[in-house]
This record gives sequence, C-alpha cells and structure tokens, in this order.
Amino acid sequence: MTENAARPAPQETMIEILGVSKWFGDFQALKNISLRVGKGEKIVVCGPSGSGKSTMIRLINRLERHESGRIMVDGIEVADDVKAIEAIRREVGMVFQSFNLFPHLTVLENLVLAPFWVRKTPKWEAEAIARQLLARVRIPEQADKYPGQLSGGQQQRVAIARALAMRPKVMLFDEPTSALDPEMIKEVLDVMVELAEEGMTMVVVTHEMGFARTVADNIVFMDQGEIVETGTPKEFFAAPKTDRAKLFLSQILGH
Amino acid sequence: MSAVLPRPPVLPGPLEWLRTNLFSNLPNAILTVVALYLLWKFVPPFVNWAFIDAIWQAPSSKPCRDAAGASACWAFITEKHRFILFGTYPYEEHWRPGASTLLFFALYAVSAMRRFWAPRLALVWLVGLALIGILMWGGVFGLRYVENERWGGLVLTLILATFGIAFAFPLSILLALGRRSEMPAVRSVCVVYIELIRGVPLISLLFMASVMMPLFLPSGMTVDKLLRAQIALIMFAAAYLAEVVRGGLQAIPRGQYEAAEALGLSFAKRTALIILPQALKISIPPLVNTFIGLFKDTSLVVIIGLFDLLLALKTALNEPAWIGFGAEAYLFASLVYFIFCYAMSQYSQMLERDLARGPTVGALKDT
Repeated sequence: MTENAARPAPQETMIEILGVSKWFGDFQALKNISLRVGKGEKIVVCGPSGSGKSTMIRLINRLERHESGRIMVDGIEVADDVKAIEAIRREVGMVFQSFNLFPHLTVLENLVLAPFWVRKTPKWEAEAIARQLLARVRIPEQADKYPGQLSGGQQQRVAIARALAMRPKVMLFDEPTSALDPEMIKEVLDVMVELAEEGMTMVVVTHEMGFARTVADNIVFMDQGEIVETGTPKEFFAAPKTDRAKLFLSQILGH
Repeated sequence: MSAVLPRPPVLPGPLEWLRTNLFSNLPNAILTVVALYLLWKFVPPFVNWAFIDAIWQAPSSKPCRDAAGASACWAFITEKHRFILFGTYPYEEHWRPGASTLLFFALYAVSAMRRFWAPRLALVWLVGLALIGILMWGGVFGLRYVENERWGGLVLTLILATFGIAFAFPLSILLALGRRSEMPAVRSVCVVYIELIRGVPLISLLFMASVMMPLFLPSGMTVDKLLRAQIALIMFAAAYLAEVVRGGLQAIPRGQYEAAEALGLSFAKRTALIILPQALKISIPPLVNTFIGLFKDTSLVVIIGLFDLLLALKTALNEPAWIGFGAEAYLFASLVYFIFCYAMSQYSQMLERDLARGPTVGALKDT
C-alpha cells in the first residue's frame, strides 16, 4: 500500500485496517485485508460483485464484525465495546445503496433525529443545521415531506444530508447510486463531488468510474475477498498491474 | 397522437345499478331474491318485538308475562340497571362507581386524541386512576370504605380491561424484543413464557390464579381475588400481544436497523425512535384485534366469582320475578360489549388512516 508515491502521503491516519479477515459461516469474505485511509483522503473501492468491498466498509462502523485483525478509526479500536462502537459511529457517516431513510419521519425529522438524540444538539440548532444541509444538497423545499414522497435521487441526497448532520469526520458510501435510475445518478454524484472538494475523508464503494477518476486519491481494487491492487486513478486506469484488474476494467468500461 | 376519449359515465342510473349489482346473472338474481325473502321474514318481526311492541317500563314483570313473549321486556333492564351496572356495590353509594365509569370514559377520550400524546398523558392517567381508586375504595374524605369484594358490574369490566391492556401492552413489547434478543438466556425465558401462557386456556389461568396462587404464597400473605384475576388477565394478554408485536418487528427491513446503528443511536433509542413506531403502526389491526379479545375475555372472571357486568346480569335474572328474560338480558349485554368493541375498532381504523401519512412505498420498496 505504500507504493503509491505519486501523491503526498496524508499526514494523519483516519482509518487503519490491519490484517483483517471476516467469515460468513464457512465462507471467508475477507482475507487478510490491510488499508490505511489518511485524513481528508478519498478512497474509491471497486471490484466485481461478491468481492467483499461492501463487507469491508461495513466493518469500519461495525455493521459487520471482523473475526481477526485490527481496525482503528480516529484512534479508537473497533471492537466489542458498545460505547467505543457508538463513539465511532458518531464520527463515521454512512450512505446506503437503499437509502434507508426513516419512512415514519419527515425529511427534516430524519436529519434532526441523530444530532438531537446522540449529540444532544438543541432542537432549534439541529433544525437550522438540517435546513442548511438540505439547501446544500439542493432540496430545501422538501423538508416537510415524507421520504416516500420523494424520488430516489432526492431520497439519496436526503440520506447524505442525514449522515452529514452528525458532523462526521469520515463518510462511507456503499454503492450510493446503484439503486437509482440513470437520470438521477448525476444529481447524487454532484453532491458527493462537492463534499470531496470540501475535504471530507471518504471511502466510496462504487462502479461509477467517472467519479473515481475525478475524485479519488486512491483506488482500491478488490476481488474474492482480497485487495488485489491499489493505485492512483491515473495509474489504475492507464496501466492496471494485475490481470484481474485488467479484466474488470475491460468489463466495466467496455460497454 | 391518439384521440382523447371522454371517460365513460361513472354513476349509472338506479336501474342499471340494480342490474349490475343484484341481478347480473341467474345465481346472483336467485341469491338476491332469497336474501330479500329472509330479510322480510325476520327483520319486521324482530323490530316489532324489540321496539314497537316492547315494554320499556313496568313496576313488575307482570305486563311482560302477560305479553307472553310477543314483546321484548326491556323493563327488566330498566328495573335492574343499577344492579347490572354496579353489581353488589352498596346501593346508596352507587354514584361512586358511576363517577369512576365516567372518569374512565374521560381518560379514554383524552388518550384517543393524538395531540395529547405526550409524557404528560401518563401523569393524567396516574391522577385519574388514583381518583378512581379513592372513589371505589373510599375510607378517606368521609367516603365509606367499600372492600373490593363488593365491586362489580360495568366498572369492574372496565377496570379489568383497562389495567389489562395498560400493563399487558408494555410487557408484550418487552417480551417481543426479548424473543428477538441475541442473548440466549433472555430469548429462552421469553419463548418459554409466551409458549407456556399461550398454550393454556384463559379459564385455567384464572383458576390457577384463584386456587393455586394462594398455595404458593407464604402463609399469612394474601392477594385479593380481583388482583389475582387481573394478573392472570395481564399475563395471558401479554403473551398474545407479544407475538403480534414480534410480527410487526419482523416486518421492518434490516436497512432501518442498520441506518439507525450507523447514526450512533443506542439500542434503546433505535428501538424506541425507529423500530417500534414503525412496527407498532403496521401492527395496529392485529393489536386492536387482541385488545377487543381481551375486553371480552374479562367476562370469564365470572368463573372465579368476580361480579362483572355479565355475572351481575345473570344474578339479576335469577330473581324469581325476572326468571325467563334471558334473551333481553343477553341482548343488552351484547349491546354493551359491542359498543366498546366497535368503538375500539373504529378508533383503530381512524388511527391507521391518520398514521398513513404520505406514500411510504418508495422508502420500503428497496428491500
């Protein structure tokens, strides 16, 4: 992982994954994974389906439990301690493929909920921040609607705003555009690009190679539970080092 | 471009309506005729018996006996209504259970309105129930003490049902959560409890509560009959409700749990703020079904000699003067139960409509 000298190595480490393995039953989903994400760094994780990329980012906020190895997030070890897990989750925002907005709450309530109950932000302040964030993702007028009344693209932008409302230090994106109709993908990616430009630390699982090219500091290519290749977008797209990466790129860019 | 066609008429004339709805084909026409015949055969005689020829008031049962069954003897209800409503409660103190009943109605009405749904409502209930307790027991403020062996009638039914639901519902939520717990000890306790209680008829639970419970208590310690029956009812209802709630919990997509976890919400907050509101909302129809069942099941306390509405009626019927007016008595009892159960049903439907804000299809379709 230290071979990418093309960009200056970020000073502080935000996420450190060290020799992590994960099994589902007898199936080994992740095999001795190591990855370091610096502060402000943007990592795009790609690879064929079933390669373990979603599993890997879900380990970071303990939605999945790893069986061996170590994970540190902002200096806190991801382990069984519930308090530590909740502390990490406060700092790590996550956006899901299927949005997972809370359908019984309005858009604004979706955004206010966690800051109010977890961060103990006063309600008026949490609402003010929520409205700012909705403006930032360009749907301020939807604040009082219910998620079910919004389009997929709008829902995903609300989901991004909901994660940002917690003022996280890291944002995880698990295939954020895969469930969207093509015409809605851009509106979500635009928001993500802006976020990247503002310096957020991001780990993004996606097949959007255009996004990877413009935003990523490093691309992590995974296959069969392993990190096969890591490199800057320039290196990765121009000259993939492994056959597996070449095959993947030809499949995904070929059409 | 295709031509825009006018929408076909939506409301046909009455004859057309008859043809399409009642006489669309031969079997349908036959069914219609048979149904009309049965209605004509049974409805007018019943209306005559129950309303037109009915005897509403009489100083004794004599006019009813003279009518020889041709007219309903509502005089029985009129004569005995105090006993039916208040059971064996001292006659001159009947205003106390009466006021308690009205207090219950007031509490139901306030709780039914969503704008009063706030923690303060619990306080209102505490005050309301304390007042009811003072009214029923007395012994303070110059009220005569009335031991609860003498409580009876409608107010007893309301006490059993209200406390039954108020305690069984929260207990059932804990049981349902426990049954889904990842801790094996908690899970097995909940499974055993639910399966054990659910697998036993309520009657036998009530018998056990009245006969066996005293055997297990240390000597000298007694729990009164009303409380024992109440505990049995709560335990029974909680087991049923727990499975209803669990059904609702299972319907919540995994993504909801994950999103709540990812935001850093603790287990208690995830459950209280995200999961339960959704799970209970979709469980409203079966929950109310069970509430209605519980309300009617309170009538089973007669078998351990508690004087609820139904036993009061039965006892009134045993009076020599009024023997034989069972039809009127049980119709009346049915009407009372029906009013409460129908009110619950209507309220739940209103609540469902009220809570179905905005189409939630989009938010859930992904799973």
